[in-house]
Amino acid sequence: MSAIDITDDAVTDRATTVARGVFFACAVVTVLTTLGIILVLVTGAVPFFRDVSPVTFFTGADWSPLIRPYSFGVLEIVWGTMMIVVGSALVALPIGVLTAIYLSEYAGERVRRVVKPTLEILAGIPTIVYGFFAISFITPQLQRVFPETGTFNAASAAIVVGIMILPMVSSLSEDAMSAVPDELRNAGYGLGATKFEVSTTVVVPSALSGILASFILAISRAIGETMAVALAAGMNPTITLDVFSEIQTMTAYMVQVATGDVSAGSIQYQSLFAVGLTLFVMTLAMNLLSQYARSRYREVYD
Amino acid sequence: MSLENTTQPETESLANDPAIETPETIIETRDLNVWYDETQALRDISMEIPERKVTALIGPSGCGKSTFLRCVNRMNDLIDAARVEGEVRLQGKNVYDDDVDPVALRRAVGMVFQEPNPFPKSIYDNVAYGLRVQGKDDNLDEKVETALRRAALWDEVSDQLDSSGLDLSGGQQQRLCIARAIAPDPEVVLMDEPASALDPVATSKIEDLIEDLASEYTVVIVTHNMQQAARISDRTAVFLTGGELVEYGDTEKIFENPEHQRVEDYITGKFG
Ligand SMILES: Nc1ncnc2c1ncn2[C@@H]1O[C@H](COP(=O)(O)OP(=O)(O)OP(=O)(O)O)[C@@H](O)[C@H]1O
Ligand SMILES: [Mg+2]
Repeated sequence: MSAIDITDDAVTDRATTVARGVFFACAVVTVLTTLGIILVLVTGAVPFFRDVSPVTFFTGADWSPLIRPYSFGVLEIVWGTMMIVVGSALVALPIGVLTAIYLSEYAGERVRRVVKPTLEILAGIPTIVYGFFAISFITPQLQRVFPETGTFNAASAAIVVGIMILPMVSSLSEDAMSAVPDELRNAGYGLGATKFEVSTTVVVPSALSGILASFILAISRAIGETMAVALAAGMNPTITLDVFSEIQTMTAYMVQVATGDVSAGSIQYQSLFAVGLTLFVMTLAMNLLSQYARSRYREVYD
Repeated sequence: MSLENTTQPETESLANDPAIETPETIIETRDLNVWYDETQALRDISMEIPERKVTALIGPSGCGKSTFLRCVNRMNDLIDAARVEGEVRLQGKNVYDDDVDPVALRRAVGMVFQEPNPFPKSIYDNVAYGLRVQGKDDNLDEKVETALRRAALWDEVSDQLDSSGLDLSGGQQQRLCIARAIAPDPEVVLMDEPASALDPVATSKIEDLIEDLASEYTVVIVTHNMQQAARISDRTAVFLTGGELVEYGDTEKIFENPEHQRVEDYITGKFG
């Protein structure tokens, strides 16, 4: 009887080494890109913060970087961004979750086959088109109902950003709800729950981590959204509660400066990096929050 | 228990002699036929299930035992392909009548599934779930405790009611699911191989529990385990491939002296 040799694994070893090398290289590229972006933002922002103290920047409520007297209090454009975030969240989160419940629990196969691709098309439209849609359709409609609505206004931009992030909320939430095992639904039905009760008290809580993650990703996207708000919300940095007036978001400011005739090395040019870094930190915070939400509500089956 | 429209329970009172206790029939099927698309899963099943007894359904895989259970509480409604003909009478009322609300039916007929399926909620909220949706949420703490005690789980979890039901072992999870099913006090508890995913110790706990439950509930249990059926059931129904009910009677009789050769072969492990 010949001895069974199970020790020679040179072939496996070589393949494993090569594969690991390729995967590692790809991972390194991703990490290096991220680090590179952070590095560019930070090195660009450092000279800015030599001229403008971080305290003035982060606590000042007057943003006038292009018109003398210059003033660099970022809160006005942070406020503009927050208005868009809150407004779009008010539109997208409830409608998105209800759509997801409908698609996952109520819709038949045929409806789902029409609605899901439609949502994906919605997600694929370039954001500049959304901006155009806002000024050419949403704003005029708002003006008919609320005559005080300005040509550029926060409401129109918030609504359009809400429509823009809606597919993300509904599709990710739907994925999370569809991943809830049928056994749990059956348990609910078996206990005499109605379809509505099963949807709201079994499926939604069981999919909570995924739903929250979809919220946070959508909000991140709203924070970073640029073209639609630059077009629809305007370029007037201000802290206001009037949703029909013109505002400016952080991203719209960056568009304004980047497309204007500001010379490299000027304080306005440097402020781009400071604002960019602030945006980056905000979205990073959202991502950390998303991870926290996931770990906090993590369920075994997702 | 009431399902919408209450016709008088037509119970057979064969017990003319009060000394002989004849259990009353709580579930009665008549010519029950079930199809999944074109495949027939149950054929002309007519049987009577006694109240407050343990009735075991045994038979080879695919013979329709789970299908039968799902007819009783109309969980088959949730399967698009399923089509049911014939009658399933619960206290005389056909549960497939138009005026029956399946949600109300399922409140009277609880179910425990093959795989433990606790909600990703706390132990307390798991047990309280049925009570809450059924609007029986007065004295909730007390009812939750009672159900957990009946399910022989209280001593193990009384100090961790707020922790997730998913953190329990498989056997504990299944007892949690039993507690959840009995908490709203149904008339009938259907169990589909409740111990098949469990180790022998957990299994024997569940078996003890099922025998106990029969003092208050009607238990219909599917099992693949002959010894289990013999140990815990009062009556046994043997289904064989093709969805036929081949023999049904007192458990002792079925296991000691079955009328059909096929049943004897199945029980002694010659096929199936
Ligand atoms: N959802 C379904 N869709 C289509 N066919 C089904 C469905 N559920 C069961 N069947 C078929 O119906 C027949 C009976 O199935 P059922 O699950 O009732 O058997 P069972 O006796 O419970 O088997 P097991 O012991 O394996 O659980 C089988 O042939 C099965 O393939
Ligand atoms: Mg089965």
